[in-house]
Amino acid sequence: MPSAEELRERIEAAIPDARVDVTDLTGGGDHFRAKVVAPEFSAMSRIEQHRRVYSVFGAEIGGPIHALSLETRAE
Amino acid sequence: MSETTENPIREAISGAIAEHEAILFMKGTPEAPACGFSARTVAALDALGKPYAAVDVLPDPRIRQELSALSNWPTIPQLFVGGELVGGCDIVTEMYETGELAQVLGVEAPSDAPAEAPVAAEPGAPPLQIDNKLA
Repeated sequence: MPSAEELRERIEAAIPDARVDVTDLTGGGDHFRAKVVAPEFSAMSRIEQHRRVYSVFGAEIGGPIHALSLETRAE
Repeated sequence: MSETTENPIREAISGAIAEHEAILFMKGTPEAPACGFSARTVAALDALGKPYAAVDVLPDPRIRQELSALSNWPTIPQLFVGGELVGGCDIVTEMYETGELAQVLGVEAPSDAPAEAPVAAEPGAPPLQIDNKLA
């Protein structure tokens, strides 16, 4: 079962200079909310930003990670 | 079977997306959403009073598989307007609050529409789970 900390580390490892904050919404290790601020997002639409974060986890989204709610920003 | 390249479910999905100006793929129905994220998306759309088609992905897991393969989007709900993916619950509620959703849908937000996206159910609430204790 993934932890909020593990999700944060994986997003930071995959997206250069990302500032990441992950909350476990239910405490159950399967519903998370992530706020991700990354320089590379400035060239992306909102859809592309979310796809980029989802791509870090591949098929785990909808599997062990039942839900990953996202808020993304460039800056 | 010689017709392995045909994919009737994917064709039905892309047909439905092309056919409806606004279409929401969700868990459950607008009247009875089966997931907090779907409920929240429905609430945002309903607050703008724009008619939309809705497809429940739960009856057949292949609908979700094919939809996600088609849209390159892993989660449900998914809102399409004019044949384009607008986003899931997070993007739809964010766009509701900035006014972009009304713009994309081509409607004026009703004067009584709440400024913040209406919360129909606790976001992130786990789906109903029924344990089969008879098995």
